Amino acid sequence: MGAQMRVYRQRIRSVQATKKITRAMELIAASRVVKAQQRVKESSPYARALTRAVSAVATYSNVEHPLTTEHDDVRRAAVLVITSDRGLAGAYSSSVIKESERLVGELRAAGKEVVPYLVGRKAVGFYRFRKREFAAEWSGFTDQPNFEAAREIGSRLVEDFTRDQSEGGVDEVHIVFTRFVNMVTQEPDVVRMLPLEVVEGEEAPAEDDVLPLYEFEPSAEQVLDALLPKYVTARIYNCLLQAAASELASRQRAMKSATDNAEELIKKYTRLANQARQAEITQEISEIVGGASALADAS
Amino acid sequence: MSSLAVELVAADRKVWEGEADMVVARTVDGELGILPGHTPLLGVLVEGQIRIKAGDGTHTATVDGGFLSVDRDKVIIVAEAVDASQIPA
Repeated sequence: MGAQMRVYRQRIRSVQATKKITRAMELIAASRVVKAQQRVKESSPYARALTRAVSAVATYSNVEHPLTTEHDDVRRAAVLVITSDRGLAGAYSSSVIKESERLVGELRAAGKEVVPYLVGRKAVGFYRFRKREFAAEWSGFTDQPNFEAAREIGSRLVEDFTRDQSEGGVDEVHIVFTRFVNMVTQEPDVVRMLPLEVVEGEEAPAEDDVLPLYEFEPSAEQVLDALLPKYVTARIYNCLLQAAASELASRQRAMKSATDNAEELIKKYTRLANQARQAEITQEISEIVGGASALADAS
Repeated sequence: MSSLAVELVAADRKVWEGEADMVVARTVDGELGILPGHTPLLGVLVEGQIRIKAGDGTHTATVDGGFLSVDRDKVIIVAEAVDASQIPA
């Protein structure tokens, strides 16, 4: 076997091995993305109940709460960047990071100091590599976020928001995450988390669905006090779940195109190997014919 | 007498849903019993048990805080973690 052919055969084998891996990753991501979407759906009764309760308190009482009031003289803004732990998901992490860089630039231009909070090893790596400072990092759960993680992040952000500027507190909290629109579309998005603006969830309340005049137990202030941190946590949990679903969908797409590419390469190398084999045979034949005629001429 | 529609909601899913004649929960101010026709209410719960009295007996569930809302005979109990393993589905 010619040297040229051996090289092609080797390439084909290595691409075949790669293809098996990417195919497996594609299938895994495909089955997990369904589960991730399921989890987004399952968390919605909680989010809806909380949102309804918070808007009830906000509508029927004029309670001022530290989490809803705008700080005057906004100087420090926190940015929570939600990326993935692992790569091989196409442009997933880099597009979130790009969006966050844009936001950071905007905030800096407005004269605010930016305090980054990072979720996922990709964001941490990005900041470490550039030797930039960040306030906190969480990782290890991005493709299957649990509520514990959301609570941890939520309590840290609320704590920093209520602290004074001079002690390392922040005046605003923004979240950059990937919104899961559907299986083919996921887009990076920015929401301002704190100070809170209470918004109804995806579904608007029906016309006749007027919020009743609630009694509060023990008092409106205390109810709001208990509800708002939970509301923040629920919103963060929802962001994490959507980011996880987006990550898996991106990974599935990236791995699908990698598998297609591998197939394409295998086809190309098979053709080249065949060509090399034929060239070798042709050369051998012409060598034999040449040799025979040389012998015939000599005799 | 009409009955209450009760929902137990945890952070990651809806845990239980069913009919009941009376719901007893522990709020910051103390035990609170809810019967059909109760005025709309939002209450902060403390860690403890929720008792749900239905036709076939009393069920208990454990919550880690959270809150409770009552509106037009619909009781929603919301907590980060709800243990309703003792309630038959």
